[in-house]
Amino acid sequence: MSEHSKNLAHHFSNTEQQFESGKLGMWLFLATEILLFGGLFAAYAVYRANHPEIFAYAHQYLDRNLGALNTVVLICSSFTMAWGVRMAQLGKQKQLLWSLMLTLVLAIAFLGVKGVEYESKWKHGLLWGKNYNPVEHVEAAPAHGIVGEAAPVDPPEVPTGENASLIAPAQTGPAGLAHTSGEAAKAHEEAPDNVHIFFGIYFLMTGLHGLHVLIGMGLILWIFARSYWGHFGPDYYTPVDLVGLYWHLVDLIWIFLFPLLYLIR
Amino acid sequence: MSNYLNHTSGWKSWVFTLDHKRIGIMYLVAILSSFLLGGIFAMLIRTELLSPGQTIMDADTYNRTFTLHGAIMIFLFIIPSIPAALGNFVLPVMLGAKDVAFPRLNLMSFWLYCFGAVFAVFSLVTKAVDTGWTFYTPYSTTTSASVISMTLGAVILGFSSIFTGLNFVVTIHKLRPKWMTFFKMPLFLWSLYATSIIQILATPVLGITLLLLIAERTMGIGIFDPGLGGDPVLYQHFFWFYSHPAVYIMILPAMGIVSELISVFSRKTIFGYRAIAYSSVAIALFGFFVWGHHMFTSGQSTLANMIFSLLTFSVSIPSAIKVFNWLATLYKGSISLAAPMLYALMFIFLFAIGGLTGLFLGTLATDVHLHDTYFVVAHFHYVMFGGTMIAFLGGLHYWWPKMFGKMYSEKLAALAAALIFVGFNMTFFTQFVMGTRGMPRRYYNYPEEFTTAHQISSIGSYIMGLGFVLIASYLVYSLMWGKKAPGNPWGAATLEWSHCPSPPPHDNFAEVPSQDTDPYDYSIVKYDEESDSYHLA
Ligand SMILES: [Cu+2]
Repeated sequence: MSEHSKNLAHHFSNTEQQFESGKLGMWLFLATEILLFGGLFAAYAVYRANHPEIFAYAHQYLDRNLGALNTVVLICSSFTMAWGVRMAQLGKQKQLLWSLMLTLVLAIAFLGVKGVEYESKWKHGLLWGKNYNPVEHVEAAPAHGIVGEAAPVDPPEVPTGENASLIAPAQTGPAGLAHTSGEAAKAHEEAPDNVHIFFGIYFLMTGLHGLHVLIGMGLILWIFARSYWGHFGPDYYTPVDLVGLYWHLVDLIWIFLFPLLYLIR
Repeated sequence: MSNYLNHTSGWKSWVFTLDHKRIGIMYLVAILSSFLLGGIFAMLIRTELLSPGQTIMDADTYNRTFTLHGAIMIFLFIIPSIPAALGNFVLPVMLGAKDVAFPRLNLMSFWLYCFGAVFAVFSLVTKAVDTGWTFYTPYSTTTSASVISMTLGAVILGFSSIFTGLNFVVTIHKLRPKWMTFFKMPLFLWSLYATSIIQILATPVLGITLLLLIAERTMGIGIFDPGLGGDPVLYQHFFWFYSHPAVYIMILPAMGIVSELISVFSRKTIFGYRAIAYSSVAIALFGFFVWGHHMFTSGQSTLANMIFSLLTFSVSIPSAIKVFNWLATLYKGSISLAAPMLYALMFIFLFAIGGLTGLFLGTLATDVHLHDTYFVVAHFHYVMFGGTMIAFLGGLHYWWPKMFGKMYSEKLAALAAALIFVGFNMTFFTQFVMGTRGMPRRYYNYPEEFTTAHQISSIGSYIMGLGFVLIASYLVYSLMWGKKAPGNPWGAATLEWSHCPSPPPHDNFAEVPSQDTDPYDYSIVKYDEESDSYHLA
């Protein structure tokens, strides 16, 4: 049995058992995170399988370049985080602080780019559900009739007012059934029904991911403060390791989101 | 003698405690309060149904009453009952450990529970939810009731449940003594392990489902709204992907308790240890692939219906394996009918009825007739009340002397068990009959010819209520004036009885038991007349 250091809780018999418990706990927690996102991925899969034309049409309104930029930013942040964990293991406090700082800066950059993207969607009315109200002169958008024949400002198939969802069947039938052709070329000419479903899923997925980035930033800040106070060293760096794992997961989820939302077809 | 109850004092020593035993006791108080609340709603429902038309409340109030009964009983009582209250207390001691792996997370899980409960109960004083505990869309997105606070409460309670499960899995993996392999663990721990796996894997899906529901209500996201091209049946799929496995979160720990009780009170090693252990894991895994049986009449494809029906039947195999093993354990055992054993036997009887009637519902043709009738209500209560609640009572009576160091009156306990058994069958067996004759669930009104059956059912529920009042009385009495409990009154061989005094000391064991013991080998304990207790031989 090893000596009881100040970082060893009384119910563990040695630091190795404690470290391994923490690590197993974190992996299990990551599994729950994956299943939390799993619900959204399932919703994505169901709607994409049933209404591919919505996805083919709507994804053109997302900015691929900004999405790719953000992917690079997050991959870099994963690298700086991994570097930080290594520095913690080696007990190099100064490098640890630098790498955590860099990770934070990259996370802020990610959220900044995301904010720019959200703002442009907002400006052009490319939002979810009842709030989907596209402005006519969207860049790269077909000049006429994003929502079909009627005036784009007040589309008939989007019921308004309090009773909106009480109208059981959409007047145009279930999403996409009216436009089953769905070829890429055609999508450019005419918008399918219920394009807002795509934006609903887009905002839910990226929003939940963004929330995780924010939580991750909070955790990194906490680790930063603790390493500033000199809490970590070669014999105790569990929190750095666990926050690192969490950050890699946040990164990994984005790596799935990017092609699924931005790179359709 | 210093024990976990008098180790420290003052309210702060409880509110901020990291001791799994104190957290277990706080959970026990919290879930019993929830049970009282849910039980009051049940009594109100049964009283309203004494006669057709209005008896004591109007139709809207009735809808709110059965919703609150369901939501409180499921989310606040049954799910945390055995794992979070009894499991928290017993698991580390059975394992020969000093605490769970993450005591702080354990405390946080308890406070999250309280926080979530406040949200859920908040909807009582505002506009109580009237959707039923399943919150089906599109009604749940259009009703003016406070669905958001109730579902937000359920999400928070879900996190609490996830943290408990995560803590248990890590504890079982990492804090066992070296000699205790998985196959030397008591079966209650196997069932808690299987339960925890479901809690970890299924609960996040409920979280995202209810968050989507909240997004639907607040932002009109349209995913479940047919008016916006969304699909309300998708909500049902999401909801039952969690909520079917959730019934195994409720029943598996109950089966674990029964495995302990049957063996201890037959004074015979458990029959088919490995079969029972594996069947717990099998139930946990199969349980993930049967959720579609809730949508047989929701327009699911015929092929999907057939597959889900087949898979649903497959779950009955591991369940039946357990029942056969319990019966084989009883065979030629020297059975003592102490209160915990009465509940264990009651469990086998009632669970068998609940399980077998499940087959009627898993069969496509009969389900079309029985779907959404009182037959479903009766089936569910036979499994959840006749199963989980009864096993919880068995476990509570079994571990009560360990928890508080006091014995209760055996005579009163037997009387209460009899009242509950009679009351329960009166309440719910009549509902099987009503269901097959077409009485739909959740209806406020009913035709005259159902009056007698409804009245028998209501009177049965009052008898049950009487039983619970009796239990509460003698348990509270035992705390004040009960006989002092010996370390091992039942002669059990698991570590919490054989190696640990009642109530346990703050750290559970002065020395972690290093000797290799079999949890079901009763030759290691001997009865001692003088102390009326069993001691290590
Ligand atoms: Cu089910």
